[in-house]
Amino acid sequence: MSNLALIATLLVMMALAYHLGLTRSRAVAAEHDVRMHSRPGYYGVLVALWCGLPALAIFLLWSFLAPQLIDMLVTQQLPADLVAGLSDRELQTVLRRVTALADGRGVAGGGSPEELDAAAHMARLQTIENFSLVALMAVLVVVGLIVARRRISPNWRARNQVERVIMVALAASSAVAIFTTIGIVLSMLGEALKFFSFISPVEFFFGTTWNPRFSTSGSSNQGEFGLLPLLWGTMMVSIIALLVAIPVGLMTAIYMAEYAPPWLRNVAKPVIEILAGIPTIVYGFFALIVVGPFLSSLGDLIGINIRTTSALTAGLVMGIMIIPFVSSLSDDIITQVPKSLRDGALGLGATKSETIRQVVLPAALPGIVGAFLLAASRAIGETMIVVLAAGNNPVLHANPFEAVSTITVTIVNQLTGDMDFASPQSLVAFALGLTLFVITLGLNVIALVVVRKYRQQYE
Amino acid sequence: MSISIEQRRQHRLMTIEKSLAKRHRKENAFRRMGLLAVVTGMTLVAILFVSILMRGVPAFWQATFYTDVYFDPEVIQLEPKPERERGESQFDFNERYSQWLTRAGLVNWQTLIDNALEEALGEEVEPRQLRDLRALVTSGERYALRDRFIEDPSLLGQTVELKMLASANVDVWLKGNISRDLPDARQQLSAQTRGWADQLEEQGVIRNAFSTSLFLNTDSRSSLASAGLAGAFMGSLFMMIVVIALSVPLGVSSAIYLEEFAPKNRLTDLIEININNLAAVPSIVFGLLGASIFIGYLRLPLSAPLVGGLVLTLMTLPTIIIATRASLRSIPPSIRQAALGIGASRVQTVFHHVLPLALPGILTGSILGVAQALGETAPLLLIGMNAFVANVPGTPLEQSTALPVQIYLWQGNELRNFFEARTSAAIIVLLGLMLSLNALAIWLRKKFETRW
Repeated sequence: MSNLALIATLLVMMALAYHLGLTRSRAVAAEHDVRMHSRPGYYGVLVALWCGLPALAIFLLWSFLAPQLIDMLVTQQLPADLVAGLSDRELQTVLRRVTALADGRGVAGGGSPEELDAAAHMARLQTIENFSLVALMAVLVVVGLIVARRRISPNWRARNQVERVIMVALAASSAVAIFTTIGIVLSMLGEALKFFSFISPVEFFFGTTWNPRFSTSGSSNQGEFGLLPLLWGTMMVSIIALLVAIPVGLMTAIYMAEYAPPWLRNVAKPVIEILAGIPTIVYGFFALIVVGPFLSSLGDLIGINIRTTSALTAGLVMGIMIIPFVSSLSDDIITQVPKSLRDGALGLGATKSETIRQVVLPAALPGIVGAFLLAASRAIGETMIVVLAAGNNPVLHANPFEAVSTITVTIVNQLTGDMDFASPQSLVAFALGLTLFVITLGLNVIALVVVRKYRQQYE
Repeated sequence: MSISIEQRRQHRLMTIEKSLAKRHRKENAFRRMGLLAVVTGMTLVAILFVSILMRGVPAFWQATFYTDVYFDPEVIQLEPKPERERGESQFDFNERYSQWLTRAGLVNWQTLIDNALEEALGEEVEPRQLRDLRALVTSGERYALRDRFIEDPSLLGQTVELKMLASANVDVWLKGNISRDLPDARQQLSAQTRGWADQLEEQGVIRNAFSTSLFLNTDSRSSLASAGLAGAFMGSLFMMIVVIALSVPLGVSSAIYLEEFAPKNRLTDLIEININNLAAVPSIVFGLLGASIFIGYLRLPLSAPLVGGLVLTLMTLPTIIIATRASLRSIPPSIRQAALGIGASRVQTVFHHVLPLALPGILTGSILGVAQALGETAPLLLIGMNAFVANVPGTPLEQSTALPVQIYLWQGNELRNFFEARTSAAIIVLLGLMLSLNALAIWLRKKFETRW
């Protein structure tokens, strides 16, 4: 039985169990002529859970453990002369070939007699495994159903038990976020440590040359992995982006919050929201075919050599991308400043702009700084715009009209193509990713703390 | 002699008036700066949309041949399509049929197109010019011809009026996307082919017609004019199904727990901070996570929409959790108190009363999260979804690309003057999808918005 059919059958059984529980609880109530502790639906759900959950748990455990058990048994059965002297990796290859044979997919060139034997053995084991799983699940389903149905009585606190299961499920799903973070940190740390076994951290963090070369089988030709040119490129593009986004975004937010008539607010707010949803690849393409050539010809006009793909092009377009982000965050923060502060200033005879500049903005400053930090972290982590428009030139220079390369671009460059998790050329992507993660995490944490403090101030 | 009181008053008034005028000027300048910022933002956006529309919209119309194609029996030397005979087993029939298909594939279908073009040009084409002639029609059309014949073998010996896409270079030439003044060496087509293309356009054989190839075909490397988005669209669809099936239930239940049930302690605080941080982690980091865990450790297939969907799920989860929590928080406590007051349990209160009221907000947040996932490119590049895939994936485990990745691949194509337009057209399709999702979310919010 395929897994899908198995799960489908289980679901059908659970529906049936629900119905049985429901009718049984009604019958019990009528028989004893009492009020049950819970409503009939809860008994139905509880019976269904008794029926389905143990079988499901066994199924999950089984699909995790059984393949490993079978692999082990098959390995034991392989002739000694075939296994002798094989490394772990080669053994894995043999097992994969045997699995392919057992599944009936076959392998290139056909298998050797030993492999065919092993495959037959494996197929036998798989049949046994499959049958025993189905049998075990069937037993669990039936036993669960009978036990639960028997236990239905006016005093059985079905609702409380169902609710306990719901709570466990809810708590478990909120743990997914935690596991994601742990996964990110562990996976990147693991691979980055592997990378640092090739290249020393000092060389990586303080090196000024980035020239990874191509991955070669010999480790003599390792290339140079200096982070600084990439970090500098990232900074340059992000600073240009913030120079564009902060003034425009902040002024937009101020105008929207303090001056704009309601109709303009109603139109402009959704437009800005939609803007924030435009995919970054679109901005990247825009930078490449419109902004880049425009800047380049502008440079020709005033006698500066501006490359089509440069830090300026990427930064400018990235700035456009962050405008809605800055403006909506600042807007929220400005509107949170209490009205009494504004009224006080206006009452003393200050003009509106004086009120904004000398009262509202200083009061909102911590929050706005937080918004800027979040914008900065977004700019640093942005990928597609720089992949398309920054020119990929990992050299230390201070000219914004020249091409640069950033951390994100390099991650993409090093990890696309063939996936070989053994060479420093692709492992470096994880070291870069870890650096990126730590930088953005730092910015985010500071920003969140600042914003939270600001919120408390006025709540 | 001292200045009179009156004079002093006058003087003070003048100072105040002067400074007041200055302050009002400043006020106006500030206000104008704000307006300027709004206008700047809107203008930039308008430029973005207009430039993409201007480049992309013409690409939906392609140079198309309207010619009579004669299914010449001398060229198609093929026995009739096999029918299943009585008593013949299914296996034998399949065998016979597949042999017939193989022979049909060996027919030189290009000759039919060559003949049709000769007919249209009204001149005999010498063998050495065949190359120039074949540069006119995109190479995918001969397979289209074959498939058409296999579907309907009664075409044999008939003349049918067909629409065939011109090759990408002809399209570029006729639309004027390449300068006509360039010397021969720098042109993409030979002088002969260019002449023929102009002549046929004048005769009305080549017309600029709306083409569905962008929507119905898959990506192609040999027949560029008919490269389409069908494969990428299915890839994106599979990914979105995975994202919706996983991130919405997980995100909503996680938010319910944190907002309604979780005890206020260190752990809950940690989860909260953690979720806020995850929301701001760069998307490419999720790609690295996918590459190392799903591909490297769990050995899931490269380029599979399932893996892409899982990565995007993890990326979207924080967005959905935050939106759902905000929505739950906006439900006034009086609702909960009323439910609890008449004896509902906490779980009943949440699921029977709070959740239904919060549903519009949750829906809006989820749609926005899914729209964001639909447009995400960077993490997909790291799990191999930028591979060239020439067929439509049938399951989430087959190789596939996605819409934004297809845009990335096309913008890098060497035939710039054709693919700039085609990429823009693809962007229009993607933006159309995303904007309709966004519009749906905004509409839902407006429709169900409740002010407590």
